[in-house]
Amino acid sequence: MTSDVSRVSYRPKLALAAVAVVVLIILALLPRFVGLYQTQLLTYGLIAAIAALGFNLLLGYTGLLSFGHSAFFGIGAYSVAFLLRDAGIHSMELYILIGLPIAAVMSALFGYICVRHTRIFFGILTLALSQVLWTLAYKFFWVTGGSDGLRVARPTLLAGMFTFTGRDAFQRFIHGYYYYVLGVFAIVVVIMWVIVHSPFGKALQAIRDNETRAAFLGLRIHRFRWVAFLISGTITGLAGILWVPLNGLTTPEVLYWTFSGEIVFTAILGGFRTFTGPIVGGIVFTYLKTYAVATTEYWQLLLGVVLVAMVILLPTGIVGGLVALIRKFQPKDRPS
Amino acid sequence: MSILVIQILNSLFYASVLFLIAAGLSLIFGVMRIVNMAHGSLYAIGAFVTAWMISRAIAYEVPVGLAFLLIPVGAAAVALVGAALEPTLLRPFYRRAEEYQLLVTFGLLLILEDAMRFVWGGLPLSADPIMDLFPIIRFGGLIYPGYNLVVIGVGVLAALALWLVIYRTRFGVMLRATSQDRRMASALGLNVGMVYVAAFAIGCFMAGLGGAIIVPTQAAVLGMGVDALVLSFVVVVIGGLGRLQGALVGALIVSFVRTAGIQFFPEIELAVLYLIAAIVLLVKPTGLFGSA
Repeated sequence: MTSDVSRVSYRPKLALAAVAVVVLIILALLPRFVGLYQTQLLTYGLIAAIAALGFNLLLGYTGLLSFGHSAFFGIGAYSVAFLLRDAGIHSMELYILIGLPIAAVMSALFGYICVRHTRIFFGILTLALSQVLWTLAYKFFWVTGGSDGLRVARPTLLAGMFTFTGRDAFQRFIHGYYYYVLGVFAIVVVIMWVIVHSPFGKALQAIRDNETRAAFLGLRIHRFRWVAFLISGTITGLAGILWVPLNGLTTPEVLYWTFSGEIVFTAILGGFRTFTGPIVGGIVFTYLKTYAVATTEYWQLLLGVVLVAMVILLPTGIVGGLVALIRKFQPKDRPS
Repeated sequence: MSILVIQILNSLFYASVLFLIAAGLSLIFGVMRIVNMAHGSLYAIGAFVTAWMISRAIAYEVPVGLAFLLIPVGAAAVALVGAALEPTLLRPFYRRAEEYQLLVTFGLLLILEDAMRFVWGGLPLSADPIMDLFPIIRFGGLIYPGYNLVVIGVGVLAALALWLVIYRTRFGVMLRATSQDRRMASALGLNVGMVYVAAFAIGCFMAGLGGAIIVPTQAAVLGMGVDALVLSFVVVVIGGLGRLQGALVGALIVSFVRTAGIQFFPEIELAVLYLIAAIVLLVKPTGLFGSA
């Protein structure tokens, strides 16, 4: 096997890393050229991208369509709100360090139940379980604030090095938080890239493509699906943790099943068959929804039409469509 | 004692509406193997169309007794919507992966929800004069609206009619044949496309009827369809997707649990329902009446 590995060319990987670095630099410089509002919007976009990246480990790489990922996003968001209110914690790092294990435990629990099924039953089971959380958040108002939700103040960043009070606090927070989220986003992208290209990721894809054959190869299907579910839920939970300080408020809406639908939409919009699809989808969806809400009362209609049109005309999503377009213009006899 | 009778009647009332929605969802899944996420919105359209027609009719001083007859008209309007949607929007997706089918109906849900907001505005629409048509019934110190008994009756009749159509008519045979093996049915000369349109329209008619008969007792509001969809998911999951008797038993279980829940454990009433659905899926994924 070692001889095979040594023959692998590292050029494509280097090119990819170079592109990633260029994109990262552009994203890092962007706040210098765009206004505060755009910076804030972009932060939302990056958070949506993290949620969709987590979600897509299940849909794109494991072949399981979850209609309950709002549960993990909401668990992340409510964990932060509880940590602030009941433990008086203000540090973003502590939110992440404590919130991530909570999201992981809940994902492990949900996953343990859900991965026994596939296809439509998996979707409905995830939906039913996420709805349990929604009703709890909605009905136990003395704990969760009910439909009013819970407010979350601006946390301190990097172990208290950056605090946001006094003059220009909002502006400084938006700028500082953008770079914070960008940093976390870069780490998540690297982690997810390594996961999907690892033997574990390849095993997931084998299970997705042919469950029976994968089982005959000796893969423990349930175990693999469970771990994929756990990682997927945890990453989406991380998005929820990052989202709530920016939004300043968490309500049961982020647990409702239509929010899960939005996460699914995001991944499809960008293209769930590609690694970068959910990232593009997260950013494009955030802009699409913001402008739809700002321009028309009937923004759901607009989103619905876009979704139906995407599924009919461009089922591989934005990235899938671009890849197909590039392939079309490439000379065919070129060695790949 | 009389409070118990009233609670049982309430459960039956609620079960009858839920059955109408869930039976349509189940029928569509049984024949077309598609989970229609827009089904709740079709129920809401039934409610809005009927409430709008009845309030118009009463404004034009049509007798309330005649306005009552507009309820089946409202359901038929939803069936028409369904008959238009199936061949245009859904048919291209039967050969595609399940994800796309779910997504296209989810997109349809978003479109229909806003279409309702566009047509009828954001305000609740009610048709309560119909309630006055029926006497109020007294049970030892308690009163109960007679209209609710009509709703229970409609639910029972709808269940009987659906059973007759599916198991005792020629069309039912065609429906079941298509459901079991679409290609074989097509090879034997059945017009599968027509069967699909008819099945989808019947499913929509049931959902529309559910919305139409509930609207005299409670106003049509935006978002009612989205809530109803998740509950009818619970019903079909408990009873078994694609099973008629499953939808009936599921609707009864959900309604009785819900009535008891509102009485005894109001905070977790809905959570208990979703947990029951999750447990049934775990223990018997095909539902209580399903077979693989």
